[in-house]
Amino acid sequence: MEIGLAHYLTVAAILFTLGIFGIFLNRKNVIIILMSIELMLLAVNINLVAFSTHLGDLTGQIFAMLVLTVAAAEAAIGLAILVVYFRNRGSIAVEDINLMKG
Amino acid sequence: MILATIAFYVFAAVAVAAGFMVIASRNPVHSVLFLILVFFNAAGLFVLMGAEFLAMLLVIVYVGAVAVLFLFVVMMLDIDFSELREGFLQYMPIGALIGLIVLLELIMVASTWVLGADSATLAAAPIPDMGEVSNAEAIGQVMYTQYVYFFQAAGMVLLVAMIGAIVLTLRPQTNARRQVIADQIARTKESSVELKKVEPGQGI
Repeated sequence: MEIGLAHYLTVAAILFTLGIFGIFLNRKNVIIILMSIELMLLAVNINLVAFSTHLGDLTGQIFAMLVLTVAAAEAAIGLAILVVYFRNRGSIAVEDINLMKG
Repeated sequence: MILATIAFYVFAAVAVAAGFMVIASRNPVHSVLFLILVFFNAAGLFVLMGAEFLAMLLVIVYVGAVAVLFLFVVMMLDIDFSELREGFLQYMPIGALIGLIVLLELIMVASTWVLGADSATLAAAPIPDMGEVSNAEAIGQVMYTQYVYFFQAAGMVLLVAMIGAIVLTLRPQTNARRQVIADQIARTKESSVELKKVEPGQGI
């Protein structure tokens, strides 16, 4: 069977759903939540590249590269905030992060 | 062709299984390692699609930098992770419900969508013939001309992230002995040198 656009989109959709599922499943653990976000961004990247190669337009790959950049920056900042928070409070439980009562 | 099909199914199945293990694994270190496996298989999918440059970028940036960063943080923090897993089953139904809804929505979108008739002519940056120009070269030719401002903006994002991460985690050292130039300049001969007349046969 020929592997077409729909196959890649299906894989990306499953990975994206797994990312959302992971955020709900691990409500207390910020590290797993960050990993789930990475998973979702990866799914988006797969979508972009699949459309890019299917439609013969390089723009999608450029955009995937920019998404990659933002994902790396987001992981670095998120983990830095996590480390600082752990240093101050001694815990990373999401439920304890309620100082601002937002 | 059959080889590409088999490769696709292997990469896709391993990626999805490892993705599931990322969120279901008991130990966060295992989660990070499974995340690395997902990225490797996604890179394999990219190669199958014909985007080799992005595949290598994925391996270098994600596996080489982001996943290692995660690994460092997970191992550096002294946390009882089993405590954080309480309520795992409690959140399962709502999480499964929302995941199912999103998956259904995605399936509905994917099953109804059609490609426009003139979509082939609308490419902003058409992919050149792969036989003549490699994928990396083609991306470079587009990225440094048509999308140069986006490239610069990505560089700024990385710069801000780097400075932000350093500023956030920098701790002022309290026990370090630093050079205080004002004190050095304010020193005089009187305040620092004292002459003592030492009598013979006695100490000071």
